[in-house]
Amino acid sequence: MNSFSANALTCIRNDVVLFSGLGFRLDGGDILQIQGPNGSGKTSLLRILCGLALPDAGSVLWNEKNIQDHRQDYFKEMSYIGHVNGIKMELTALENLTIAGALSGTNNGFTPLETLAKMGLAEYENTPARKLSSGQRRRLALARLLVTDTRLWILDEPLTSLDDYGRQLMRDMISAQAAGNGITVLATHDPVDIQQHKITMINL
Amino acid sequence: MAANSTGAVFLAVLRRDLLIGLRHRSELFNPLVFFFIVVTMFVLALGPYENTLRQVAPAVIWVAALLASTLSLDMMFHSDLDDGSLEQFLLSPHPLIIIVIAKIMAHWLLTAAPLIVAALFLGQMVYLPQTALMPLLLTLLLGTPVLSLVGAVLAALTVGLRGSGILLTLLILPLYIPVLIFSVATVDNAVKGLAFTGELYFLGAMLALAATLAPFATASSLRVRFG
Amino acid sequence: MFEYFYKYGSPKIFYDLSRALAPWFGWSSAVLFGAGLIGGLVMAPADYQQGESFRIIYVHVPSAWMSLFIYTVMACAGAIGLIWKVKVADAVARGSAPIGASFTFLALVTGSLWGKPMWGTWWVWDARLTSELILLFLYLGYIALQTAIDDRRTAARAGAILALVGVVNIPIIHYSVEWWHTLHQGPTVTKLGAPAIHITMLIPLLIMAIACMCYYAAVLLVRARYEIMEYERNSIWVREIAEREKR
Repeated sequence: MNSFSANALTCIRNDVVLFSGLGFRLDGGDILQIQGPNGSGKTSLLRILCGLALPDAGSVLWNEKNIQDHRQDYFKEMSYIGHVNGIKMELTALENLTIAGALSGTNNGFTPLETLAKMGLAEYENTPARKLSSGQRRRLALARLLVTDTRLWILDEPLTSLDDYGRQLMRDMISAQAAGNGITVLATHDPVDIQQHKITMINL
Repeated sequence: MAANSTGAVFLAVLRRDLLIGLRHRSELFNPLVFFFIVVTMFVLALGPYENTLRQVAPAVIWVAALLASTLSLDMMFHSDLDDGSLEQFLLSPHPLIIIVIAKIMAHWLLTAAPLIVAALFLGQMVYLPQTALMPLLLTLLLGTPVLSLVGAVLAALTVGLRGSGILLTLLILPLYIPVLIFSVATVDNAVKGLAFTGELYFLGAMLALAATLAPFATASSLRVRFG
Repeated sequence: MFEYFYKYGSPKIFYDLSRALAPWFGWSSAVLFGAGLIGGLVMAPADYQQGESFRIIYVHVPSAWMSLFIYTVMACAGAIGLIWKVKVADAVARGSAPIGASFTFLALVTGSLWGKPMWGTWWVWDARLTSELILLFLYLGYIALQTAIDDRRTAARAGAILALVGVVNIPIIHYSVEWWHTLHQGPTVTKLGAPAIHITMLIPLLIMAIACMCYYAAVLLVRARYEIMEYERNSIWVREIAEREKR
């Protein structure tokens, strides 16, 4: 069973204390939702949790080990989807997904075409991302989560730009992740409801 | 579950950057046009006399090539930063340095190849003797990778900063001076009929140094700036 | 040895150290400048070849030495800040840059002034002067980079990488420019470096060099102190000092 915890995290930006003393503990199957208005520090917190930024105080632990001391191992088990999609406009959906697969830690025999189909992008594999709608691009970005079986998902506003079909897809994916004892951390400014799973909330 | 091999990641990133570059041809075209314009301006300033131009041809070609190459450095990391791809590179469990080497190589293939071909044409236009064309080619083959490598470090340090275009140029040009000095000296010697292998060896040494140190410095710069 | 790093790397201790030592260095440098200038401008005998105009080496040569020395200090301090995350090292690097740039500029101006009576032109592309000019560009680039990055910690680390790249390149640039100069040697042989120097000329030169070092130390201690206070402005000890100063 994996555990993901944070101790006494503090973040100061431009002399403003965004949050201090923030801590939590998550085990396999948990979902953490971070809520707050724009500018409250959600993205800063997520960047600290995924290891891209250092907190002004406190630490983040994956399986009781500080993520900053074991970055490569941590990255193998964590997927981060940021506010921006992380896809190239010039590449087709298939090419974008292939490079995401190459960059990830393991190759569990994922087939890009199947994954695209699962995300509702079946006929778009040879379409440049430039020609996709913003909802389709967001789905392509989120498809990265299905590329490898990472135990921790950190998602920044995953439901933005998605239509109802996309949102339901996302909720199902998070449910499946929790059912499989994976951990999900997501930041939203609206509550997301995913039935049958305990959701811990942090309000910034 | 098989782990992706380092070689596979390298090839995937190389292929990705080459595809993006080839589909964004205008970005590649502009530095080339700039190259032509700068050489033209030199000729307009110096006058179309064969004797004068022949003397300054190596210097004019190399300065113009250097400035054009500086213009194309921005494309290495700028769009990746803007669309979030850079973040994904930083979060990949694969060594960042492999990704960086692939990107630098892709950049060199995309920008240097047209530049070298253009230089050989422009050389003729400024009356560079035929005997100097092969040495010019050699200096470009040895020098342009150094420009890409050292440029990558500074592009990584400055990407996304306000005023990064001019800042990058100001930071990079002093570091390009040794390449300029030795390349022009090589071609000058060739024009005069003197030996030029010594200068080429020095360029080779600079390439070796840059190839070993620059990728590491570039990866460090990306980590320092973006995590 | 590393315990000293961590001890004197503590911002608060550095602040106290700086307040205590800076005046000593300041006065020492003033005295030494006086001694050196009198020794060089008045007491040392005139050069048999260049007459009185050679006396500018008493400013030119120490400035040139300092310009290179300070860049090296900047690179080392940057490396220490990068590797061991010592905040004082970051402050030292950032504070040294303008001082180094000023010495470089001074070396260039005095070099140019020296050239005028000797060769009749305000500037010669002598190998050493050209290298100094490139060094000035490196300094200005470093300052520009640090200014362009808002977050101080990131700016310090990025500057450190730039300074390290610079420090590796400086010998290469220096050698390239020297080689370039021999390639294009003009009819006059430049003699900005004195070959054999008599002891009466040497002593004022060394005094001036030490004076410049003390000046650098004094100004650096003050600059670094202010950098540290800026960086730590939200911490308790800085706020206490601000309170004390207000009263």
